[in-house]
Amino acid sequence: MNQDEWKEREKIYACWLCNFPNIGNAQLHGLSESLGGPEGVYRAGREQWGRILTPKQVETLSEYTEKWPPETKYREMREEGIQLVTILDKEYPERLRTIPDAPYCLFARGRLPAEDIPAVAVIGARECSEYGRYVARELGTALGRHGVVVVSGMAKGIDGISQEAALEGGGISLGVLGSGVDICYPAQNRDLYRRLTEGGAVLSTYPLGTPARPQNFPPRNRIVSGLADVVVVIEARVRSGTLITVDMALEQGREVYVVPGRLTDRLSDGCNRLIKQGAEVCLSPESFYEEILQLRENKKENKIMPRSRKRRAEEPPHTEKNEMPEDKAAEKLPEDLLEVYRAIDFYPKTAEEIGQALPERYRGQMIPCLMRLCMEELILQVSPGHFCRRGETHRR
Amino acid sequence: MYSMILSGALQGVSAYLVSVEVDIANGLPAFLVVGSLSTEVRESRERVTVALKNVGLHLPPKRITVNLSPADRRKDGTAFDLPIAVGILEAMGMIPKGSAEGTLFLGELGLDGELKKARGVLPIVQSAALCGVRQCIVPKANAKEAAVVPGVVVREAGNILDILHYMMAGEKERQDILKVISVDMDSLFGEAAHGFAGSQSRYDFSEVTGQESARRAAEIAAAGFHNLLMAGPPGAGKSMIAKRIPGILPPLTLEESLEVTAVVSVAGLMEEGEALVTERPFRSPHHTISQAALIGGSAVPRPGVISLAHRGVLFLDELPEFQRAALDALRQPLEDRNVNISRMNGNVTYPSDFMLVCAMNPCPCGYYPDTNRCHCLITQIGKYMGKISGPILDRIDLCVELQPVNYASLQTGKKGESSADIRRRVERARQIQNERFAGTDCRFNGDIEAAAIERYCGLGVEEQHCMERLYNSLQLSARAYHRILRVARTIADLEGRERIETGHLMEAAFYRPSLEYWGS
Repeated sequence: MNQDEWKEREKIYACWLCNFPNIGNAQLHGLSESLGGPEGVYRAGREQWGRILTPKQVETLSEYTEKWPPETKYREMREEGIQLVTILDKEYPERLRTIPDAPYCLFARGRLPAEDIPAVAVIGARECSEYGRYVARELGTALGRHGVVVVSGMAKGIDGISQEAALEGGGISLGVLGSGVDICYPAQNRDLYRRLTEGGAVLSTYPLGTPARPQNFPPRNRIVSGLADVVVVIEARVRSGTLITVDMALEQGREVYVVPGRLTDRLSDGCNRLIKQGAEVCLSPESFYEEILQLRENKKENKIMPRSRKRRAEEPPHTEKNEMPEDKAAEKLPEDLLEVYRAIDFYPKTAEEIGQALPERYRGQMIPCLMRLCMEELILQVSPGHFCRRGETHRR
Repeated sequence: MYSMILSGALQGVSAYLVSVEVDIANGLPAFLVVGSLSTEVRESRERVTVALKNVGLHLPPKRITVNLSPADRRKDGTAFDLPIAVGILEAMGMIPKGSAEGTLFLGELGLDGELKKARGVLPIVQSAALCGVRQCIVPKANAKEAAVVPGVVVREAGNILDILHYMMAGEKERQDILKVISVDMDSLFGEAAHGFAGSQSRYDFSEVTGQESARRAAEIAAAGFHNLLMAGPPGAGKSMIAKRIPGILPPLTLEESLEVTAVVSVAGLMEEGEALVTERPFRSPHHTISQAALIGGSAVPRPGVISLAHRGVLFLDELPEFQRAALDALRQPLEDRNVNISRMNGNVTYPSDFMLVCAMNPCPCGYYPDTNRCHCLITQIGKYMGKISGPILDRIDLCVELQPVNYASLQTGKKGESSADIRRRVERARQIQNERFAGTDCRFNGDIEAAAIERYCGLGVEEQHCMERLYNSLQLSARAYHRILRVARTIADLEGRERIETGHLMEAAFYRPSLEYWGS
């Protein structure tokens, strides 16, 4: 039996072991280590399982084994285009291997990227503002264009938008799910799911067919940050899942970047608080990209950079890269439309508020101007009376 | 002895004549009433017996048979008490034979012989007049209502005894016994047309501070009789604006007033001594209302709230809280402008040409899209909005959002435009519509059907180009497209423009209702 065949055999049993739902990650590691790999576990009897598992687990495992012919099930999984990587494999992501409580296995649909490509986890609120959408899109596109892997949770809002943008920018993206890898959650992101399996991968540690349960998401988040070198937070409320991910990222020694927001915006409170606590600030996609490259260099040379205020003070005071790009399309607008456009922000404003920000002479024609800007797809009527700049251009 | 007295019964908001036949014959003493009767008509036997006894007239111990003909149509209400009593008196020979000929009697009897208010007097007298009846005798409470009908002499009576005296008196004397009632229509409408003397004057638009876009939307809605949806946080003034909409609608015309009065009369809601309803109806049912109460129904059909709002405003506050079934049942009346109710006891049609004004919070907490205050998940908002069925939303032409009122605007006390000023513009726009739609089924821009859009809302080349871009960028549906055109037509009418211009289209698009805003 050559190496490859042997590995394939191991996988068949790994597939059996990892699809067993009632087992913790530590127990998986324990069983595999003490019984010499998945096949060893399969061949071992109930007695040996009992050393690590509870009697009830042993019971369910043997029931499960009876209904699970390993070869057929493994073949079925492969036919679905799903592969299984365990911690024993070479292909297992190196970054993930080193995190505390590293997952024993990863189900993957798609292709895992090479290890030497930098990876960034872009995370943020699901119910994000139009500002968050805009930043997520710009950042995702820029990272994709530079060939950086964008890791996220494929959720609504920031996650999905940044991943979609990365794929569109020609980059690679990894989506880590809180359900089985064969289940698309949320269902609205079906299209993104399909594109991820083509231009990256969808990953999960959960057995196939596992529905998305709330308790699955915090462990999932640790894998999102674990797969990346750097985590960037776009919008987060003070008490949010995003901040849990940040905690895990810090535990794993990942660098955390934050997109600053307004003091008055509850959706940016979490971000601003992280800045106060010493997180790095992301000022624009381009400068952010340069900083992560620098970070990698430093890591390679094993230089430890003290993160002091001093170092920041030494940075070049102002470069164009530090600015968020402005909307090109807006520059071509006639004067009155431009005036109205400038009065509109990424945060929803009421028509009356916009009117107050306008010079007197434009007020009478404001509503036609607003609708014209909607027509130009520069702004969005988020509700009958609220307008904001468009963060994400519609593609259809 | 046999006698026959004229009376009438209701069928929807119209009526038909009923002849009350009474026969008194020898035999075992009995009092029978037949002719497909409801409980309250059957009970009139007791009321009539006691009322006659209490005015000193004892029924003979004979076999009394009363038939209400046509006998196969279901009859309800208490208005048959009086004709039955008069019929018995004639059959007993108390009043001269033939003295009640050509006279229609309506009214409920009290046990002391007093005449009480009846339901549906206006439609019954109207159809009697059409059938050539010359004179009606009705209770005092209904006299003015009946007197509105031209070509009929209406006499009011307070007591069964008055009627007995009247019938027994000679041609000359009888004129003084029962008064002839007449109503001066000019003063009724003159008063109403100039400044709304009634309760509507209590609500004036000048009391609404700020809310420019909502005021404008209300004006457009009133001008084209479009249905309106108002969204906004609690306390923004949604109900306040809704209450003021009848005040900016043109006053009721005589024809409209008769229709409205007929429904109110059939529902038994006429005030005592009221001649006609001259104010635009405004009905605001609570959101717990049942489907039958809203649409009309019960075993014996009665008009629902939508019919009582005929020619006026139906205001549904807290729209998503209404029962789904009740809202869904609104679809057909909104489309057809009348509602057909079929029950075991009859199949009736009530008019329901109302302007639907709805109010709602934009999300369960009320503050969306202000994300600093609103913590509702998009899914929650979607679920909240999902309670309103799409087909209802499809029939709403205008949607507007109200903002919370800030302290500064309350302080300045700057008064807005008054209802009278707005009404003047609305009436002008209505005038244009009257001319445009003369001789068609359409009356207002809000009625224009998809097939007729092309004819009434034609666009120039530039406007067509603009509409095409709007259609694509706002991802409109065909329905939404038609709505924008209808509303743009009204805006153009308000400005007195012949053609719809791009500015009108833009404004109409601003007010377009769309589920897209919320939750998707």
